[in-house]
Formats: sequence, structure tokens, C-alpha cells
Amino acid sequence: MMQQLSTKIGKLGGVYWLPVVVALIAFVLIKVPSTWATLTVAGLAMGMMIFLMASGLSLVFGLMDVLNFGHSAFVSFGAFIAASVLVGLSSWLSSDNTLLNMVALLLAISAAVMFGALAGWFFERVIVRPVYGDHLRQILITMGALIVAEQIVLVIWGGSPMSVPRPRMLEGALIWGDFSVEKYRIFAVILGVLAYVGLYLVLNLTRVGLLIRAGVESRDMVETLGFRIDRLFISVFAVGSALAAMGGAMWAGYQTLISPALGQEMMIIVFIVVIIGGLGSIQGTLLGALMVGLMGNYVAFLAPKLALASSMILMVIILLWRPNGLKPALK
Amino acid sequence: MTINATQGRLIVRTLAITIGVLLLVAPFLFPAVRSLEVAARICVFIALVASYDLLIGYTGIVSFAHTLFFGLGAYGCAIGLKQMGPSWDSVLVGGAIGVLVAILLAFLIGLLSLRVKAIFFAMVTLAVASVAMVLANQFSGYTGGEDGLTYRVPELFKTATKVMTDESGRVIKVLGVKLNGKLAAYYFVFSVCLLLFLLMLRLTISPLGRVLFSIRENELRAEAIGYRVVAYRTFVFSFAAAIAAIVGVVYAIWLKYTGPETSLSLTIMIDILLMVVIGGMGTLWGAVLGATVLVLAQYYLRDVMSAGVSLTADLPILPIILNPDHWLLWLGLVFILLVYSFPAGLAGTLIYRQEGD
Repeated sequence: MMQQLSTKIGKLGGVYWLPVVVALIAFVLIKVPSTWATLTVAGLAMGMMIFLMASGLSLVFGLMDVLNFGHSAFVSFGAFIAASVLVGLSSWLSSDNTLLNMVALLLAISAAVMFGALAGWFFERVIVRPVYGDHLRQILITMGALIVAEQIVLVIWGGSPMSVPRPRMLEGALIWGDFSVEKYRIFAVILGVLAYVGLYLVLNLTRVGLLIRAGVESRDMVETLGFRIDRLFISVFAVGSALAAMGGAMWAGYQTLISPALGQEMMIIVFIVVIIGGLGSIQGTLLGALMVGLMGNYVAFLAPKLALASSMILMVIILLWRPNGLKPALK
Repeated sequence: MTINATQGRLIVRTLAITIGVLLLVAPFLFPAVRSLEVAARICVFIALVASYDLLIGYTGIVSFAHTLFFGLGAYGCAIGLKQMGPSWDSVLVGGAIGVLVAILLAFLIGLLSLRVKAIFFAMVTLAVASVAMVLANQFSGYTGGEDGLTYRVPELFKTATKVMTDESGRVIKVLGVKLNGKLAAYYFVFSVCLLLFLLMLRLTISPLGRVLFSIRENELRAEAIGYRVVAYRTFVFSFAAAIAAIVGVVYAIWLKYTGPETSLSLTIMIDILLMVVIGGMGTLWGAVLGATVLVLAQYYLRDVMSAGVSLTADLPILPIILNPDHWLLWLGLVFILLVYSFPAGLAGTLIYRQEGD
């Protein structure tokens, strides 16, 4: 009976319904529909931004068996670079011209993304390449790189918090009756969904995506068939870092006040997401990110004291249930 | 000059024992207050790093939660002293609770996640440790939040306490050093750390230590021979956690202050990592060298760096880079270079250089 039930649930999508279940439970507990809706949108927005930051880490691990402890450095660099560009273009941001708004925002995000890709390329070449296959040294070296990167952020931008201007068109909230959503959150959700769809299409419909998926499953086999998997590695690493920087840029606009401690805070969240979702799979990462985002917002409303511990508790429960995360890549 | 492994081992041990002897007589050789601070910190970190080496070097477990256990001991003792007043009872009760919680937590983390890959375990411990740090800041009613706790320690360790007096009631001086409570506290730190170190040394040469080695070298084979890898790993993880917590208690007594920066922060974890890597993983003697080198560098290189700033004040960029506040930047670079070029560390390079040939 139970067996039948679980296969049935599995066929219908299985663990992918977990965020929905979480949202429904929260609905019962919160009782006020408008509050619930606002929190849900906030949770989704946060989840999508975390997804951007975490997806690269997960992909890199799945393909190369490298866990980059320095990944959150890209997030902080992305955030600070985007913030600097926005500050520089603040006159464009405050103008009523939507086009100028748009251009400034795009410039900020693309500066972060460009930097992320370049830094990722450099990182793979210089830091990670010599230690492929040696987990212990990988952990140590990427940890060292994280320290250095965070110090560089401190040297360049100083230790005090930096305020980030938002484009005028994304200021404020949309209001329908009792229900209000910040515009920036909608923007974050849209961008996150676009990134996910993009990744999904590339991974599932293109030849490169086919190679990457094959590489995740069996790297040796792909190499044996004559494909230059090291080139694949470096491009995935660069894309992953660029996504992290993009997530950081979005996060900077979302928080409107960023400090160099941001990297470390996000690192923990990103790790929890990847642990929950299972290493190596994009779907798993999205699932984990949405769960963490939703849980974080609901718990912050229902029991503010528990807010920080919530993702931790979530991680423990999921690890007890599935030690390798919800949807790990096949290994 | 070529040295073989036996000679290398001899050199490493001689160095380590020399450091030990220097630490024993440190209060008389270097009577300044600051040097005593340095010496006590070296003692504490030798024990702490050695316990971490049991994990990373001997068993191949990468954990980032070591400061968590260290902090549990320190906070246990600190909260005990704060709430129950300065007595030995409060040290015992608070310290014991801290150590027990550390063991329990280590046991749980171990059972929960030592089954999975090393890299996964590293992530889980990092997450747990970071959340603990945040929690410590949040429950500021007990932990003092970011400011930490200052408290008074048992009577014997107060600087004003006269441990030995002459007939006229003045404190006796030996070689110009007052036999006061500060000195008693230092020798308390020294002897506890020495005992812990010897205990760990004993563990590594026991049959149990051999099993740990075998797990590091080939987990599957160890399992196949009939050793329950998860049980051994969980044991050594809890054991190292207990040691770290005891060291935490000792450090809390010595500092008379406990805060996130001295016990829980990621910076301490990075220090421990650096010391293990500098000293050499897989030799407890290496921990002695690593801890000594890094603590000395931390205390005295900053002085050199500030001197460098004032010397180069007129030049561009250099003063910013040499600013002692950015000292972690340099440590990070040194760390990366060390992991690349001397993965075996000081002790390992001396001992194993010839064995590969």
C-alpha cells in the first residue's frame, strides 16, 4: 500500500512538490491570505537569487568533482561591482526615463557577470587546476583563495557597509487590495526563472549540454570518446562563476545595504541549499533554493527567533531522510 | 646535506621538545606580560591543532566545526563563571557541560554525516559552525553577543594573588619573576595542554591509531578487514571534539574573557588550518611547530608590517598593502603557496622527503 503510494507520488513529481507542501502548510499556519501571498513572493524571489548563486557551485561539483569553497567570493565581487556601477550611474537611476533606468541596471549586472566569468576562468586555471582529484588540497586551497578574495574586497571597498541605489522603475510595490509585492522581487523572480530556463535548455537541448550531462555521469567515458573535457570544465566553471556574480548583483539591489560580510553569509546559505538539493543537479539546486527561500520568509514571520536556525533545521531533517540530498546527480 | 627519514624525525622531535622546554621556562626567560600571553597562546594552540590533526591528518576527516567545539568549552566555562561566580565549582560545572555538549554534538554530526563523502562532511560542518556562531551572537543574554563575556576567575589565578610569600608577607621572586597568580595560571595552561598532547600522542601509537591510519589510507580495505569505519570515525571525531572543548575551557580561564572573536569565529578555524598545514598533517609533532611559528608570526609580524607602513608611507600602494589590518591577505597567499609546494608541511617535509625516493 505504502509502496504503491510512494511510487504514485514519485510519478507525479515526487520531491518537486515539497515547496508547494511547505507553502500550503504555511498557508494554514499564517491564516491571512494577503500576508501569505506577500511572504510567498518574497520567498520565491529570495529562492531564485540563491539559486543563481548556488547553481554554479553545484554544476562545477557535478562535472569536475571539485567543491569550490571560494565560490562565495564571486558572489561578493558581483555584489560590490554592481553596487559600484549603480552608484556611478545614480543620475541615470533616478531619472524618470525608464530606458536609462534599464540601461544602468543592465550595465551593472553585466559588469558583474563579465567579471564573474573572467575571475572564474582565472580561478580554474590558477587555483583549481593543479589540485584536481585531491579533495583535501582542493578544500584547503579554495578556502585559502576565499580568504584572499575577501581581503581584496576589504582592501578595495573598505569595511563599512555600502548603500546601493535601486533604479526608479523598480522602486516601490505593486498593490492589489491587501496584497502588495515589491517590484524588485518580481524582477528577481523573472530573472531567476529566465536563468533557470536558459540553463535547462542548454543542458537538455544542445550538444554541449549533452556533453556536460554525460560528463557528470561519467567523465572518463566522455574523455575516452575523444572530447576535450578540460575545455568543457573551464567554460562551465566560468559560467558558474558568472551566475554567482549575477546572483550577488541581484542580492545587492535586493538588500540595498551591503557589507563585506555578505560573502560569508551567502556561503553558508549556498552550502545549505546545495546540501539539501543534492550536489551536481540543477533541478536539485532549484528545489533546495526555493525551500530555503520560502522557509526563511515563513519562519521569519511566524517565529522570528528561529529564522536563522530554520534553514539549518531543514538541512538536518533532509539529511536524516536522504543523506545525499533530495535530487543528487547520478554518480 | 641529505637527511633520511629517521634523522628527519629526530630533528622534528628535537625541535618540538626544545619548544616544549622553552615554553616550560618561558615566564623566567621572557618575563614581559606580552610574551607570557604569546606563550600561553602557543600552548593552547598546540593542543588544539594536535586534536585537529587527529581528524585531518590521521583519519582524513575534514571538519570546519573544530572552533565550534573549542567555543562550546570556552563558553561553557565562561557562562559558568559569570552566572555562579568565580569558584572552581563553576569552572567544573560550566566546563563539564560545555565538554559534554561538544561530545554529544560531535557524536550526532558524526553519525549523521560521516557516512558521506569527505567533501560533503566539510560542508555540513561549516554550515553547523556558522549557524552556531550566529546563534551565539543572538542569545546575547547568555553569551554577551558580539561583545562576549568578561568574568572573574578562581582566586588562585588572579594576578594579585600571592602564591608564595616570605616571612614579611611579600610575594617571593624567583629570578626576578613574581610567583603570583598569573604565573600559576600560566602553569595551569601549560600542564593541561601538555597532558592532552601526551594523551593524543599515546593514542596515535596505539592499535586504535593504526586503525585510524588505515581508514585514511584506504577506507574500503579497512572496512573489508572488519573495522567499522563509521564507528571509528565517529569516535575520533567526538574524541577530538572533547579535547578541543577542554582546551577551550583552559583558554577561557586564561583570558578571563570569551567572545566570538577568541573562540568561535572562522578566523580561528583558519588559524588552525594554517597551523596544521604549516606544521605538517599526520604528525602531532608538526602541530607543535606549526602552532609556534604561526602564533609568533601573528604577534610579531604585525609589528614588522606597521614598521613597513611607516617606512613606505610616501610610496604609492605599498602602505595600503602592508597595512597590518590586511594581514589575513598575506596569510591567505602564504597558505595557498604552502598547500601547493609543501603539502607535507615543515615536519612532513623533513620526515618524508627521503622516503619517496
